[in-house]
Amino acid sequence: MAEQIHELNQKKHTSKMRSQLRLDLIGFAFIAPWLIGFLGFIIGPMIASLYFSFTNYDLLSAPSWIGLDNYINMFTNDDRFWKAIRVTLIFVFGSVPLKLAFALFVAMLFNTKRRGVGVYRTLYYVPSILGGSVAIAVVWKQLFGSDGAVNDILAIFGIPTTSWVTSPDFALSTLILLVIWQFGSPMLIFLAGLKAIPFELYEAASVDGANPFLQFIKITLPMLSPVIFFNLVMQTIQGFMAFTQSFLITNGGPMDNTLFYAVYLYEKAFAHFDMGYASALAWILLIICGLFTAFIFRTAKSWVHYESEGGN
Amino acid sequence: MMKKNKSLRTLVYHGSIWLLGLLMIYPILWTIASSLKAENEIFRNAASLIPSEWNWENYARGWEGFGNLSFTTFFLNSTFVTTMVVIGTIFSSTLVAFGFARVNFRFRTPLFVCMIVTLMLPQQVTLIPQYILFHNLGWVNTYLPLIVPAFIGGIPFFIFLMIQFIRGIPRELDEAAYMDGASTFAIFWRIILPLTTPAIATVAIFSFYWTWDDFMTPLVYLNDTKLYTVALGLQMFSDPSSVSAWGPMFAMSVASIVPQLLVFLFFQKYLVEGITAGSVKG
Repeated sequence: MAEQIHELNQKKHTSKMRSQLRLDLIGFAFIAPWLIGFLGFIIGPMIASLYFSFTNYDLLSAPSWIGLDNYINMFTNDDRFWKAIRVTLIFVFGSVPLKLAFALFVAMLFNTKRRGVGVYRTLYYVPSILGGSVAIAVVWKQLFGSDGAVNDILAIFGIPTTSWVTSPDFALSTLILLVIWQFGSPMLIFLAGLKAIPFELYEAASVDGANPFLQFIKITLPMLSPVIFFNLVMQTIQGFMAFTQSFLITNGGPMDNTLFYAVYLYEKAFAHFDMGYASALAWILLIICGLFTAFIFRTAKSWVHYESEGGN
Repeated sequence: MMKKNKSLRTLVYHGSIWLLGLLMIYPILWTIASSLKAENEIFRNAASLIPSEWNWENYARGWEGFGNLSFTTFFLNSTFVTTMVVIGTIFSSTLVAFGFARVNFRFRTPLFVCMIVTLMLPQQVTLIPQYILFHNLGWVNTYLPLIVPAFIGGIPFFIFLMIQFIRGIPRELDEAAYMDGASTFAIFWRIILPLTTPAIATVAIFSFYWTWDDFMTPLVYLNDTKLYTVALGLQMFSDPSSVSAWGPMFAMSVASIVPQLLVFLFFQKYLVEGITAGSVKG
């Protein structure tokens, strides 16, 4: 067997060039579907859209070059652009930390060998299965409407009621609540992370007299940091992409107070057919997302703790 | 004393989890209850989860849909699109993942990095340029913009998931087959593919969910009501120009989530594995 492998290696060595070419052909054949998609549906269109962002283009007539006008207009003359940026940032900063904190809290509740945890996990995951659907968006609008169930319940406790989805002060919070409610995926990821922490660490800490809070700070958080990092990146990107909730529940209103960036972009592109401007908006979104992701990756070195062994 | 204390704690634990859990699924139970309430009861008795009278009529009325288009059309459309996307996703993700995980071709690493980067690319960034492309290809108002991307690895997350899974399969298996003279494709088809069935199940379930749920893509590409998916059909209820019919709307909302709930109940094991595979092992 060993001889055979040796012989094979020898052969490989002599016809290295030819066999590398063969491997290239095989490899590219396998990844061809993705490569076609990547070049044709992502890179190509993105380069085209960079060009369109410097033009005035309505899909019907040929694009006309207007230089930086779209960008200049956006930054100096478009209040709704700034409003969309503000709303989206509030949405991301409001929903992501709360969602992750709640997901971690529930995951810690479930990180036990008690009976019935499997059933609970299923129960708590259901909102995440359905939360992004049109059905739930439609329901949310009614639940938090002026004569919806939430007001009914609040009235029992004597809490003042309002029409949550149409109130300029509360509409965005209502959407944030809907997103936090879909905490299932980060919760499952945290749970898997928690289960991977060796129990001996906690035992040793108990022996040393560390209380549960100290154990959480000194053991759980550092050991979970790679998972927190993953969740943070994914949820932040998802936050910037949020569309359905605002589009269906509040339609950006009232007074543009829930005008998500994605909704504004959709409006420019598919209601006004201002493809040039929408392309410029898309590029700004890409830059913003890129900056945030880069920032999270940059700071990761100082707070994400990887074990020296067992990692990939 | 100790024992009593422990059982009390167990009781408090289970009690509070049930309470919080009920709060979590209250909106879903509420939707189901509202779908069975008579029109005038939905808002008069809003918070209640038990309809005073079980009113199945909402389902019949909701299913009739709009004009001459019933929800039968929307469900068939959604089923067709979702099936094609699931097939396309399995096709592209298994092939591409095998290429990246097992074949040592040149430029593999830079291309892999490209794929990981697109994993973090917001959908809206490519939405406009893709729309212009599909518009020029004459694909708008057809299912092609919804289906074709799946066949060419449109969602890199699935490729990533498969790569992670294939990396976990011992390489000795491939090497032994290689010694026996099997071609690379035979290794893929006869060895790797059968071993990846759990991952394929995960990928299939996720692409089912995301396609069934998807609102933005059909909204952008489908104009003809005949082509509408369930998500778009539901949205028509909240159209200000249509007469608001709350009962039928809730009934169809429930109908639209039934397939998702069924898949979740039967296949949740694969779902949990899929969600955690990408993050913890990776």
